[in-house]
Amino acid sequence: MSDPTPLLRIRNLSVDFTTSSGLFRAVDGIDLDVASGELLAIVGESGSGKSVSMLAVMGLLPWTAKITADEITFDGTDLRNLSGPARRRLIGRDMAMIFQEPMSSLNPCFTIGFQLKEALRQHLGLNARDRHARAIELLEMVGMPDPERRLKAFPFQLSGGMNQRVMIAMAIACRPRLLIADEPTTALDVTIQAQILDLLTGLQNDTGMTLILITHDMGVVAETAERVCVQYAGQKVEDQPVIDLFDHPYHPYTAALLAALPERATERRLPTIPGTVPGAFDRPTGCLFSPRCRFADDTCRGTQPPVQPPALGRARCHYPIGATTPQKVTQ
Amino acid sequence: MLRYFLGRLLTFIPTFIGVTLISFAFIRVLPGDPIIVMAGERGLTEERYQELSRQFGFDQPILLQFWDYLTGVLQGDLGQSYVTKKPVFDEFFTLFPATLELSVCAIILAIALGLPAGVIAAVYRGKFFDRALMSTALVGYSMPIFWWALLLIIVFSGNLGWTPVSGRIDLLYYFDNTTGFMLIDSLLSGQSGAFTSAVRHLILPTIVLATIPLAVIARQTRSAMLEVLSEDYIRTARAKGLSPTRINGLHALRNAMIPVITVIGLSVGTLLAGAILTETIFSWPGIGKWMVDSIFRRDYPVVQGGLLMIALMVMIVNLTVDLLYSLINPKIRHR
Repeated sequence: MSDPTPLLRIRNLSVDFTTSSGLFRAVDGIDLDVASGELLAIVGESGSGKSVSMLAVMGLLPWTAKITADEITFDGTDLRNLSGPARRRLIGRDMAMIFQEPMSSLNPCFTIGFQLKEALRQHLGLNARDRHARAIELLEMVGMPDPERRLKAFPFQLSGGMNQRVMIAMAIACRPRLLIADEPTTALDVTIQAQILDLLTGLQNDTGMTLILITHDMGVVAETAERVCVQYAGQKVEDQPVIDLFDHPYHPYTAALLAALPERATERRLPTIPGTVPGAFDRPTGCLFSPRCRFADDTCRGTQPPVQPPALGRARCHYPIGATTPQKVTQ
Repeated sequence: MLRYFLGRLLTFIPTFIGVTLISFAFIRVLPGDPIIVMAGERGLTEERYQELSRQFGFDQPILLQFWDYLTGVLQGDLGQSYVTKKPVFDEFFTLFPATLELSVCAIILAIALGLPAGVIAAVYRGKFFDRALMSTALVGYSMPIFWWALLLIIVFSGNLGWTPVSGRIDLLYYFDNTTGFMLIDSLLSGQSGAFTSAVRHLILPTIVLATIPLAVIARQTRSAMLEVLSEDYIRTARAKGLSPTRINGLHALRNAMIPVITVIGLSVGTLLAGAILTETIFSWPGIGKWMVDSIFRRDYPVVQGGLLMIALMVMIVNLTVDLLYSLINPKIRHR
């Protein structure tokens, strides 16, 4: 985890959106290191900024977004001030991303084959015959039956699961070193979800690529990830290896998320977290989770919490759960 | 695909009968009597009036008149002009190439400028070009066409003397009407300067006729592009590292073309039928001018037949648009 040269290194990343009512902070001071070959899950509710932070890394945010960061480096390349052409040489080849809605993420006017081969031509400069062979190979890799015929199909002729397989094939076409999967299974049937996750982890195993899995599903995290980052309201609140996190969450929010898992419920009624994620107008001055936290006191409500050391799960909390003495760390 | 085409062709029949009925009724609803108009200021005696009425069939019941007309039309006979005594069909095809030539040039100009302008405005939305273009388009759309035409004539023909005021070609040149299209005939004639003269005559009417479609196409392209650019698959295309030119010009425009094609089709329809004003201003010998003259003369067969033929052309354009649709949008093709 404390790899001296992580593949992706982010320091103090913030993203603000210009809205009609002023700036809205979607991502707030995120630090993240992702080692080469790692499988990291980023977990959080809707609106916790998990997709936005990764879209910022890819440079795919709309023009209304303002990105600030002390550092965003991919394999030593500074991504912050990369020129358009330089970024286009990188994304789609070394860094790739797949999205939540496979049905709408593929262009309805072009065949699967056209869209798949386009990535190959853009980055690898293969000739038509090699492109065709590689496209079929890729569809086989993602478990697509009858790939030769599927190349001629349009996205609306395939199911959501098949389209997501096409998206994955497209993303891994140029053998990327980093694949970001943004809720790849949310829009799919439960049975298909498991297949797609198996496919992703299998591909990660085979190719040794780094996989960042964005999800709101703790069950998915438990089954697949090696390390987990928990995000809340644009901030990273905890960062631990998955076994340790399930074993001992330090941040009350993580603990509440785990308690809400049906598998872990001790009573008939599932516990829930009261309240909602703060929006643009009700952002607390202190800890962002304090309005919903069982343990919050005046310190939590008034002062922003520090980031605890790795031994305490890097929890962004005044009183990490189970810290030997509930000590107050002052900044 | 063939079934789709034949199905669309079948819808022609009721439309065709409807248009026949409307054009027949429309001219008869107008006050005025073709016989009185033909007689002019001299007037005519009651006996002569009755005689002419019988000759034109006006003494028959109206339904019978319609039946006669309809059976004629179905046999390809649109009747004869009261004034020139020539078959309406022949007159239409003598004049129609002039209108078609002007309309085609106008729609090509409108697409050639409107499409890229709309794309650029959408890509640079909110920037100076976008605002300037959209304001210009609004002005172009709401400007009275006859005023705009006169303004252009004053500046380019009057003050600058760059373009001729009216007509299709200089009187210096004379050649056979092979195709009816002046641009082609002038080239075929081999006379030096004839083609240039034809082009110079086309410029102003083309600009005037293209103005409204140009504005409509630019605005429609912009809004369709804006919608498409926020789609997920555009983000996917960007995530593949494709160039902005390829994303905007191929991935986005292909999808944005679907609503734009509709608007282009509608524009072509209005161009064919609505060239009347432009043709009148520039003394362009097309069907627009012919129709207006015939309405004033209460030349029933010409108005009926002309309307019918224009409607038929619009129907053909609409059918072409529907076929283009299925080419652009695979969802229709594979249904």
